[in-house]
Amino acid sequence: MSLQALTYLFVGISFTIYIGIAIWSRAQSTNDFYIAGKGVSPLANGMATAADWMSAASFISMAGLIAFLGKDGSVYLMGWTGGYVLLALLLAPYLRKFGKYTVPDFIGTRYYSKAARLVAIICLIFISFTYVAGQMRGVGIVFSRFLEVDINTGVIIGMCIVFFYAVLGGMKGITYTQVAQYCVLIFAYLVPAIFISLMITNNPIPQLGFGDKVIGSSTYLLDKLDQVSIDLGFNAYTEYSKSSIDIFFITAALMFGTAGLPHVIVRFFTVPKVSDARKSAGYALVFIALLYTTAPAVATFAKINFINSVQEVEYKQAPNWFKNWEDIGLIAWKDKNNDGIINYSKGNALEGVKPKYLDDKEGDYGERITTNSPDFSNSNEIYIDNDIMVLANPEIAQLPNWVIALVAAGALAAALSTAAGLLLVISASISHDLMKKILMPKITEKQELFFARCAAAAAIIIAGLFGIYPPGFVAQVVAFAFGLAASTIFPALFLGIFYKRLNKEGAIAGMISGLIATSSYITYFKFINPQLNVAENWLFGISPEGIGFLGMIMNFVIALIVSNFYSKPPKEIYQMIDEIRKP
Amino acid sequence: MKLTYWQINLIILSFLLLIWFVVSFGFGIIWSEELDQFKIGGFKLGFWFSQQGSIYFFVLIIFIYVLLMNKLDKKFYKNSKDSQEIDKE
Repeated sequence: MSLQALTYLFVGISFTIYIGIAIWSRAQSTNDFYIAGKGVSPLANGMATAADWMSAASFISMAGLIAFLGKDGSVYLMGWTGGYVLLALLLAPYLRKFGKYTVPDFIGTRYYSKAARLVAIICLIFISFTYVAGQMRGVGIVFSRFLEVDINTGVIIGMCIVFFYAVLGGMKGITYTQVAQYCVLIFAYLVPAIFISLMITNNPIPQLGFGDKVIGSSTYLLDKLDQVSIDLGFNAYTEYSKSSIDIFFITAALMFGTAGLPHVIVRFFTVPKVSDARKSAGYALVFIALLYTTAPAVATFAKINFINSVQEVEYKQAPNWFKNWEDIGLIAWKDKNNDGIINYSKGNALEGVKPKYLDDKEGDYGERITTNSPDFSNSNEIYIDNDIMVLANPEIAQLPNWVIALVAAGALAAALSTAAGLLLVISASISHDLMKKILMPKITEKQELFFARCAAAAAIIIAGLFGIYPPGFVAQVVAFAFGLAASTIFPALFLGIFYKRLNKEGAIAGMISGLIATSSYITYFKFINPQLNVAENWLFGISPEGIGFLGMIMNFVIALIVSNFYSKPPKEIYQMIDEIRKP
Repeated sequence: MKLTYWQINLIILSFLLLIWFVVSFGFGIIWSEELDQFKIGGFKLGFWFSQQGSIYFFVLIIFIYVLLMNKLDKKFYKNSKDSQEIDKE
């Protein structure tokens, strides 16, 4: 069968399964819709959490990022897993004991204040939409490359599927589809990794393989990669190139941000008992670690394969995948020295980094012409988008077509499961927190459920628009999502549980100062003065990606100081905290 | 003086979070270059901690916490099963 037919088959089968599950697990009440009736087993919840968490970014982009960043890429590996330790130890069990529906629900009740609830809703909606935009781009890329449909059609198909099971099934439908999606995505991630590990090092376990010797030689793969990287003018692959303080702050911001992400936290509201919340965080991390420990191996294999298959190869002889991705616009080649040979090394191939293609003419060697002028400060001739590493990896390694089709289905599973989780969090915070608790407290449960479904539908349409008209700033705002989660939501939740004396004045002052400090720092360097975004101008050498951790510290300090100037929280709050601290 | 449930919980938390800090921020970042002098297989040790080891330790930390807390729950709240299953809505 052709690659396209196989991809249609795999994607078709997986989509049918998701829809079947959605019909089987329809939500009947708000309790079902928001938190799946608290009836999800810890193991199933662990898988669902893992699928919820591992987005298009984890599946498609992360290994590519690590391949290009080398050891600097470790911030994502440690940051996006270490946060689960904080969740399991500091938040999940207590929030489950609290027993309500949403994150703003806890903040509003604990700080006895509608203002606090509103600040939480604003942060939550901003964080979630930032995230959804990234998922839609992932769906678009997969559809356009593998199913050869228009990106817009792809996004609309994806939207219809999510619409079907999120609006109909609510949290209950989403949970069980996520379990299925986890199985698809992890299988799709591991199969090519194992194949490639066997091909390069003859070791079937990728986690060990990338620390093994290259077949038929006595050099270790990583030593070889270090050598090749240095020869091409890059830093050694296994050494940091960023400063320690920046690496430290970025890792911390990602960890605390992970622990403060609403769509992850809310998953722990769905299990029956407090002890299940702890256990399920453990399972979730096992399932996540399976992919996250494979990713650096995939990164290493992909990098060495990529260099081997394009470096100093004549363009006319370049492998098929190179031209396919060039057609999609994620690879570009600018022949700086007019020798017809591809030359890969450090630096940007093009001025302005991203290629702008000229469509009516071909170059001397049949390549797509870019209108950017070449960047002559270096000899690199290739522009390559990090995102394609995982998707192109099976093709680069010349694996059979069914593996490539499987990867396409896995990438869609990763993107759709995360999108659904986020849309649910957005709809719950609007129908439950904004409508029921602030604007229209008198609505019945049935009306609330109706509003929840409407809000989910509206959120899907907005997300779809993001996918069809992708805002150019998606990559930049990811720092925003984690920075805000770390500097606003995490401290409010953590102090709410561990420091009884914190009153509403302290909590609100803390959240607002964290919000303003973090967002103004990121906005300044990412949007207002991107040309100043270099280490010399940063505060204490901390990049915008890591500023969320500093914002978090500021939140803590200001919350504690302000809190002391106002009266203690009421007695009921003390009792409530005592209650959530018991298992 | 006898420690309460909450105090023991805080002791367990501090101990486990210390390990969490040492394996990631410590071995993976601060002392990573020093550890790189040692090798396990083809991995430099500091590099291994930053891309593999820290994650294995994270998983271990959560499961140790689950075990210790389940024991602690039993010791202090023998009959609390019912109170957990009845929700106050």
